[in-house]
Amino acid sequence: MNEEIKSFTISIYTENNIGLLNRISAIFQRRHINIESLTTSQSEIEGVNRFVIVVNITEAQAQKIIGQFQKQIEVIRAYYHTEEETIFQESGMFKIKSDLLFNEPQIQNIIKESNARIVTVNKEFFVLEKSGRRNEIESLRRDLNIFGIMQFVRSGRISVTKEEMKITEMLLAFNNQ
Amino acid sequence: MNTETANKTREVLSKTERITGSEAIIKCLIAEDVDILYGYPGGAIMPVYDELYKFRNKIHHVLTRHEQGAAHAAQGFARISGRVGVAMATSGPGATNLITGIADAQIDSTPLVCITGQVPSHLLGTDAFQETDIIGISTPVTKWNHQVTKASEIPEVLAKAFYIAKSGRPGPVLIDITKDAQFGELDFKYEKCTGVRSYIPTPKTNLESVKAAAKLINAAKKPMIVWGQGVILGEAEEQLKAVIEKTGIPAAWTIMGASAIPTSHPLNIGMVGMHGNYAPNKLTNECDVLIAIGMRFDDRVTGSLDTYAKQAKVIHFEIDPAEVNKNVYADVAVLGNSKDSLTELLPLLNENSHGAWHQEFKDLYAIEFEKVIKDDLHPTKEGLTMGEVLKEINVQSKGDAAIVSDVGQHQMIACRYSEFNKTKSNITSGGLGTMGFALPAAIGAKMAAPEREVVAIIGDGGYQMNIQELGTIFQQKVPVKIVVLNNEFLGMVRQWQQLFFDKRYASTEMTNPDFVTIAKGYHIDGKRVTKREELADAIKEMMASKESYFLEVCVEKEDNVFPMIPSGASVSDIRLS
Repeated sequence: MNEEIKSFTISIYTENNIGLLNRISAIFQRRHINIESLTTSQSEIEGVNRFVIVVNITEAQAQKIIGQFQKQIEVIRAYYHTEEETIFQESGMFKIKSDLLFNEPQIQNIIKESNARIVTVNKEFFVLEKSGRRNEIESLRRDLNIFGIMQFVRSGRISVTKEEMKITEMLLAFNNQ
Repeated sequence: MNTETANKTREVLSKTERITGSEAIIKCLIAEDVDILYGYPGGAIMPVYDELYKFRNKIHHVLTRHEQGAAHAAQGFARISGRVGVAMATSGPGATNLITGIADAQIDSTPLVCITGQVPSHLLGTDAFQETDIIGISTPVTKWNHQVTKASEIPEVLAKAFYIAKSGRPGPVLIDITKDAQFGELDFKYEKCTGVRSYIPTPKTNLESVKAAAKLINAAKKPMIVWGQGVILGEAEEQLKAVIEKTGIPAAWTIMGASAIPTSHPLNIGMVGMHGNYAPNKLTNECDVLIAIGMRFDDRVTGSLDTYAKQAKVIHFEIDPAEVNKNVYADVAVLGNSKDSLTELLPLLNENSHGAWHQEFKDLYAIEFEKVIKDDLHPTKEGLTMGEVLKEINVQSKGDAAIVSDVGQHQMIACRYSEFNKTKSNITSGGLGTMGFALPAAIGAKMAAPEREVVAIIGDGGYQMNIQELGTIFQQKVPVKIVVLNNEFLGMVRQWQQLFFDKRYASTEMTNPDFVTIAKGYHIDGKRVTKREELADAIKEMMASKESYFLEVCVEKEDNVFPMIPSGASVSDIRLS
C-alpha cells in the first residue's frame, strides 16, 4: 500500500531564518526526489514561515522525509497530505499583445469563460491572471497559445489543509514550559 | 556545582559589560566550561586568537597541524568525556578542512561546536580572499549552523550552539562569525540556553509503549538485545546491565556501542555487523524478539534488509523519531532517552535465564573460535597477526585502556578483540569510516581524560592521512601510545579485491617510509617489531612509557578479516572464511 507513487503536499512550519530553504531542499536532493513545486510565505502565525512543497513519492518515503524535516532545529512542525486532504490552487499570469484583444474577438470569450482576471491593459500588452487547479490554467494557456503569448508564468501550489493545524498551541505550550 | 556557586556564577555572567565580539566569544566558551579547544589560526579569525592569547591561562588552545586534525581531536575529546568538543578555524580552506570531521561527528552523533572566521560582512558574496560559503557547505552535515554578522548576536547564538550540540541526539554545530562581528562591540551578558521553541531534544518516554515492550520481552522464548551508542550517549550503561542481568537476555553491540557493558560480562555476546561475531549475526535471524536500544540499523549492521530479522518482533528504543521505521519496521517503538526508557522498563520485566537459548550462542562461538579466533589470537604461522597485537595490549592494559582506532582491517580487529572494562573506551569512526581519524582523535581523548591510558591502533594507510599530527603530540607533550599495524596494504580494500575482484590489487599496495625514523624526527620514541618473540616486550616498553610512544608492528601482508557478511548479503550468510 505504501509503494504507490502519489502526489503529496508537504507543509513545513519553520522559523524565518536564512539558510533554512537550503537545509530543506538538501533533504530532497540527497534522496534524489524531484520537487514539483515549492512555495514559501508567512503563515497564519506572526514570524512563522510555511513551506508548501509538492512531490511525487510513495507514502513510505513521505513518512521518512517528514521525520527528517522535523529533526531540523528550526522546523516547528512538518506534515504530509494527499490531494483529497487539502484545498489547493495555483496561479498563472499571461502577458499578451493588446492588438489581439481587438483583432481576435474570440479572446474576449476565452477570458470570460475561463474566469480569468485582467490585471492591467495598456497600448502594447495586457496581463491576465488565472487562479485555480493546474488543468484549468493549462487549458487557458493552450487556448491562448493559438494567438501567441508574450510571457507566461505559473506559481507553485498553495494549499490549506482540511484538518486543523495546531501550531499556535504547540508554540504556546513551549512558552508555558 | 552546588546551588550557591551556581547562583553566583549566574550572577557574574548576567552582569552586562561592554566588550568586543571576539572577547565575547572567549567569555562564552569559558561560561560553557570549555578549557581546551583545537584549532588553527588565519586571517579571518585573528581577532579571536588575539583574545585567546589574553585568556591563555583560562583556556588552552591546541594548535593542530591541520584543521581536519582539530575537528577529529575535538571528537576524541567529546567521545571519551561526553563533553562538547570545540574546534576553531579561519574562513575558506580552514573552514572546509573541518568538514570531514564535522560529517563524521554528524553521523556518529558527537557533540561539537565549530567556530569559523568569515570575511567581513560587506565582502560576503564578493569572492573575497578566503571566502567560502561554509554555511552552505556545512548544512547537510551539521545538526545546526548559523552565520553571525553582528557582535551583539554572539552570546545568544553560542549559547544556542552548545545547547543544541549536547542535547537530545548530540551532533555538530557550526557557527561562522564575520570578522567585523569579531571586531564590533556589544553589551555582553551570558545566559545559558535551556530551550529552543522549534526543537524537542528528547521525546518523553511513553509508558504505554514501555508496557507493550515489556509484554513482548516477557513472552519471548529467544529474545536478543542489540545496543548501540545511544546507551553511551544516554549514560544508560547501568540500566542496560540491570535489564540484561534480570532477564538473562543475550546482548550484542554495534561498533558504536562497544564498551558500554564490559567485554567479560557473561551476557555480552559480542559485535553484530559485517565483521561482527558469528553467533549474534546468525541468531539475529533466529530470535523471536529483537530489542534494539539506541542503534539505527545501519546497513553495515543489517546486511540485506529484505532478509533481516523477518521472523522477529522488533522493539526499538530510540531518541530520534526519524530513526524509527527508517530501515527496519518496529513493532513497538519506545521514543525517549535510553536511560529513562530502560528505567521504566526494568520493573516490568520478569526474571529469566534463557539457558537453552544461550547455549546456541555458545555453540556458534565455539565454531567461530575454531575457524577464526584461534588463528587470529594464537597463530601458529610465522607472520604476526593484528589479533595477537590486540591480545597483548589487552593483557598488559588489563582492559583499562581506551582504544582509538582508525578505519579498515585493524579497526575491525581492534573492535572485535579489545577487552573493555569501562564505558566510552572504544573511540572509532563508525558511520563515516574516516581514515585519518585515529591519530588526532587520540590526542583529544588523552587530553580530556589524562588519567586514562589511550592507545591509538592505526593502519599504515590511515596513519599517513593525518601523520602531521605527530607535531601536535610533540608540541603539546600528549602521552598517547601509537600502534601502527603495518601490512603495507590498504588492507580492507585489498581484502575486497581478493574476494570480489579476482585479486586485482589496484592501487592498494603501499611503499612506506621508515615510520620509526619519522616518529623520532618528532622526538617521539619508538620501535619496530617484526617477530613474535619481540612483541610482548615492545608493548611492555610502550605501556611503561610516561611519554608518547610509537610502535610499528609489521603484520602478515595478506591476512583477511573474518567473519564477514558480504556487502548486500543476509546476516545469516556470514562467512567464516
